[in-house]
Amino acid sequence: MDHFEVFGLPRRLAIDGAELQRKFYELSRRYHPDFHQAAPPEQQAQALEASARLNAAYRALRDPIARIEYLVRLEEGRETKEGAAVKPKAPPELLEEMFEIQESLQEAKASNRSSGRDPGARATLAGQRDRLVARYRDEEARLRGPLSAAWDDGVPAERGRAIAGFKDALAVRAYLRTVIDDIDQALGEAEEGHVSHRRH
Amino acid sequence: MSRIVGIDLGTTNSLIAYVDEKSGLPRVIPDRDGNVLLPSVVSFSGDGVLVGAAARRQLVRRPAATVYSVKRLMGRGYDDVKEELRYLPFKVLPGEGIVKIAIGSREITPPEVSAIVLRSLKERAEAHFGEPIAKAVVTVPAYFNDGQRQATKDAGRIAGLDVVRILNEPTAASLAYGLQRIHEGVVAVYDLGGGTFDISILRVKEGVFEVLATNGNTHLGGDDFDRAIVLWLLDDIRTRHGADLGSDPEALQELRLAAEAAKIRLSADDRTTLTIPFDAFTYHREITRAELDGLIEQLVDSTLLPCRMALADAGLAPADIDEVVLVGGSTRVPLVRRRVHELFGKAPHSQLNPDEVVALGAAVQARILAGGITNMLLLDVTPLSLGIETLGGIVSVLIPRNTTIPTHAREMFTTSVDGQRVVDMHVVQGERELAKDCRSLARFELSGVDPMPAGMPKIEVVFLIDANGILQVTATELRTGKAAAIEVRPAYGLSEADVERMVEESFTYAEADVEARLLIEARNEADIVITHVERALRQGEALVGDDERQTIGAALEALRRARATEDRELIREATTAMNRATEHLAEVMMDAALKAALASRRADRVLEK
Repeated sequence: MDHFEVFGLPRRLAIDGAELQRKFYELSRRYHPDFHQAAPPEQQAQALEASARLNAAYRALRDPIARIEYLVRLEEGRETKEGAAVKPKAPPELLEEMFEIQESLQEAKASNRSSGRDPGARATLAGQRDRLVARYRDEEARLRGPLSAAWDDGVPAERGRAIAGFKDALAVRAYLRTVIDDIDQALGEAEEGHVSHRRH
Repeated sequence: MSRIVGIDLGTTNSLIAYVDEKSGLPRVIPDRDGNVLLPSVVSFSGDGVLVGAAARRQLVRRPAATVYSVKRLMGRGYDDVKEELRYLPFKVLPGEGIVKIAIGSREITPPEVSAIVLRSLKERAEAHFGEPIAKAVVTVPAYFNDGQRQATKDAGRIAGLDVVRILNEPTAASLAYGLQRIHEGVVAVYDLGGGTFDISILRVKEGVFEVLATNGNTHLGGDDFDRAIVLWLLDDIRTRHGADLGSDPEALQELRLAAEAAKIRLSADDRTTLTIPFDAFTYHREITRAELDGLIEQLVDSTLLPCRMALADAGLAPADIDEVVLVGGSTRVPLVRRRVHELFGKAPHSQLNPDEVVALGAAVQARILAGGITNMLLLDVTPLSLGIETLGGIVSVLIPRNTTIPTHAREMFTTSVDGQRVVDMHVVQGERELAKDCRSLARFELSGVDPMPAGMPKIEVVFLIDANGILQVTATELRTGKAAAIEVRPAYGLSEADVERMVEESFTYAEADVEARLLIEARNEADIVITHVERALRQGEALVGDDERQTIGAALEALRRARATEDRELIREATTAMNRATEHLAEVMMDAALKAALASRRADRVLEK
């Protein structure tokens, strides 16, 4: 049973969040182990399994981007997480800017090591960061918007192309996230423990 | 279904509660004397084991044999705790994975110490209900990892309790509030106890308590506030009296208890004074709330980052929080309240007693499990990401933190060498990218794989985190459909055989029976008084006349004789008589100390000018 089927949903990306939550609570009341404590062990094990499946499904579907990542894995027949779904990839039109950013990063790291931080270099880096964050948001909007619609509305023959589109956009998004995290770290704005979290 | 009780196994105090069937409300169970809190302290002696208030009174007298704050050691390895060991007056040794506590020639593990506390609570409930109690919900900090949870479950088993659920403390508190006071909305539970800090963000809707995110620090609490005060006092004593008490365990315990008491008084008062009689001098010091705030500010502020991280994980801003609930004794500290108020921009709730609310919530969850409450459902999360170590020591996350539990993840494994029959896995918990920076949870060995060319076997491993937040692992070879044998080597924990043995041995640690215990207590009390009087006589000899000295000497002799008998009443009477005989001496000594303190303050002022 895949995550869509757990909720009795078709394999489509347009999902009403409030309705999903309502259904999640309803199914939780049915399956949660708390309500099966007096049942025979076999039935308890089934409830545990059903509840675990429900929770995993809700987590995968409640967030629109996670939903797309799951769909790609599902369509490609990879139900486990082995091997990241996408390898980070630099967006081609940003290559030049990326060189500049890497340069600023090197400088910032060097100046962090030496005594004083150069406010000019920091301002440049902060500006570059803001542009990347905007680009990152665009990529997410594209994933949630037109790309998701292309999947939902497309005829089966076009779906392969939609999946390829998702993978491209997800790869760019992953790449941007990594660079933004690196800049945050160089700027000392990253709060400890947060960086690795975003990369999950 | 049999009765299930709720237990808050705290760093400083523990409680037991149940839901009253008539009113449907949770209630804590007091002991014979009406005390609700059982100090989580266990004291060992040749005569037997003391627990609770009786053990707490042994902290100063027998520091090496009296174990407190053992929760900070639960499920921990030596490297985790070695930094703070120098502050503990009892001896902690490295064991296999987990630490051990050495009491004389005996070694005991943290779960066994916790089991003594749990057993005492169990007996309290059995006396209350007049029937045996076999099942309990036991609470743990939400940020406890797998090993710490397992250790708590083991403690229950050693105490003869089937722990039917390990429940997170902040979530328990939300259940207690939820029964009567929380409306629908998003709630932040800020839980600062004696040794641990948790923040949990929940959505409450139609009877469902859904935890959205949790964060915390299992090594931050009121104990750390006390330690900051003690270090400051040690400095002050060094400056003013030229004495270094840092390596005197008895003095350190006196200071710790005095610091804790002063901290508590400063929640209500702006200033307070400490007076501690030592052998060579009596230490006297005034401390203001501003001074306390200065000492603990950094510690309090360090709780704010986990709060922000939990908010970020829940995808919320502080303004999205509808209600803030305070839990744990340390939230009585005004600075803590102020910081929480500032962070969330609204006044926190604290109508329910912060010491009791977790136990009350545990009782509610117990009632849900017993089928007595069907309209409430708690959906909790796993606090830490679960992953496996892959090539190059990188962690591949299988279950991200804040995933609703129970949950599972599947992973395929294969072999890398022709004919390989065994596959190893290393499971870790934590948020760092490298396995070595995470918490090692266990090493698993899949054996009995049929010999095949490399890469041919397809072994599906299912990682299931149950509703207790504890991991279970199963494996199947997909080609043969055969369940693969798994050998688990937990990094920090007791083996099944260890626990079995401890369940049997626990009877030898069983608390002395009531009569024997009362005699031990009476003798201990007498010992404490004798030590104090001897010291007072040395220090205050010049302050009283010959007659009084003789009266005191006679009372002291009588008490020593009574102490040697088995007659508890006689010892009590002699102790009371001793106290009466020294009332005046105590007064004049206190007077002298106050005068000396005033004089030194005047001297300070003169010097300042």
